[in-house]
Amino acid sequence: MSKIPVQFTLNGTEKAVFVDPGANLLDVLRRGVGDLSPKYGCAQGTCGSCAMLIDGELRLGCLTLAEAVSGARIETTGGLQTGEEPHPLQTAFMEGFAAQCGYCTPGMIMAAKALLDRNPNPSRDDVIEAISGNICRCTGYQPIVDAILTAADRMRGRIA
Amino acid sequence: MTLTVETYGTLAEANAARRGDSRYLAGGTLVMRDLNYAVPGLSRVLRVSNPPRAIRQQGERLSMDAGVTMADVIESREAAFLAPVARSVGGPAVRNMATVGGNLFAAHPYGDFTAALLALDGEVQFVDGRTQPMEAFLAERDRAPLVASITMRMPRTGEFRFRKVARVKPKGVSVMSIAAWLPGAPMRVSQVRIAFGAMGPTPLRARAAEQVLEGKVLDASGIERALSVATQGLAPVDDALASAWYRNEVAPVHLRRLLLDEEPEP
Repeated sequence: MSKIPVQFTLNGTEKAVFVDPGANLLDVLRRGVGDLSPKYGCAQGTCGSCAMLIDGELRLGCLTLAEAVSGARIETTGGLQTGEEPHPLQTAFMEGFAAQCGYCTPGMIMAAKALLDRNPNPSRDDVIEAISGNICRCTGYQPIVDAILTAADRMRGRIA
Repeated sequence: MTLTVETYGTLAEANAARRGDSRYLAGGTLVMRDLNYAVPGLSRVLRVSNPPRAIRQQGERLSMDAGVTMADVIESREAAFLAPVARSVGGPAVRNMATVGGNLFAAHPYGDFTAALLALDGEVQFVDGRTQPMEAFLAERDRAPLVASITMRMPRTGEFRFRKVARVKPKGVSVMSIAAWLPGAPMRVSQVRIAFGAMGPTPLRARAAEQVLEGKVLDASGIERALSVATQGLAPVDDALASAWYRNEVAPVHLRRLLLDEEPEP
């Protein structure tokens, strides 16, 4: 089985890997590139734990054909921080106890980032809709929604 | 089993390369799932690098390329009547990936968007130029050629209604979905089309209910007979979400809410 060369940008860094035909992007990032931030959950598009931004659009790594992302710009939670400084979403999740087991957190944060990139001032309903494709079995969702709204406020400069 | 993925420049090239053992990969929400789970017999995948994604108004009908995503539908002004249907499909990530063409082939209990297309007198246009009404297409979709586009009637304001019934809020898989094109609503209706999703192997029309609604006003007495025959012709199955018995019992309740245009329960 011949491998296919694929080049893309992951969190601002050029990557070049060989992938198997039919391989999904999540597998390639985790096993081939070493970015373990997107999580492997259901592998069928139900749980959202592998959500990432591909060319600025929220997508699921498990349902994305790896060889189809040649030339794409991929963003995961692994690249959200600036130096040692966490992203405001990451800070709000930590401070608001929005992560318990943490497995859903990377997908939740990328779904939230996709929302805030398009809508910096979301309503609570907007946030609930934005994470409606992400399953959390620990928190009951309220701390996650609160954290995203807090991060949105901070990113707009309303809270110091 | 050795897997091959073949990428073509056009849908026509991909269609010409099709054989019995090949699957066409569009948004990935169906075929990638099967690849991840190593579904037996899946050994050849065809795809097109940049499939068309246009939405065009053609007189009283709207045409959508098969590669149009649910997110495209939500953002389209021409397809605004279908935005609530597209919004009911998955979360934002799935909607950025799932295509209208793929939804035509989604197995039970998925395929809510196709139920809407069935209600709106949908017609499928294949890559080889042939066309087929949605109902005939769904009856034999396993043997269908590659789909190029879908057309549907554009309803007047208030004439198209859609409900998705799910146990998980705000988003869950369908216990059932109901789409209805109600020309003349809310007054005397004529030529009504009602389609149920997740009430059979494919979306199905409730023809008996459609017929008894002819010329009726959509009030409690006008819809009474339609509710009593609502499940005629439907073929629900037991699954993890609901039993066939439950689906049959509650279908008239949800149809009543839709026909009376009652607000869905929160």
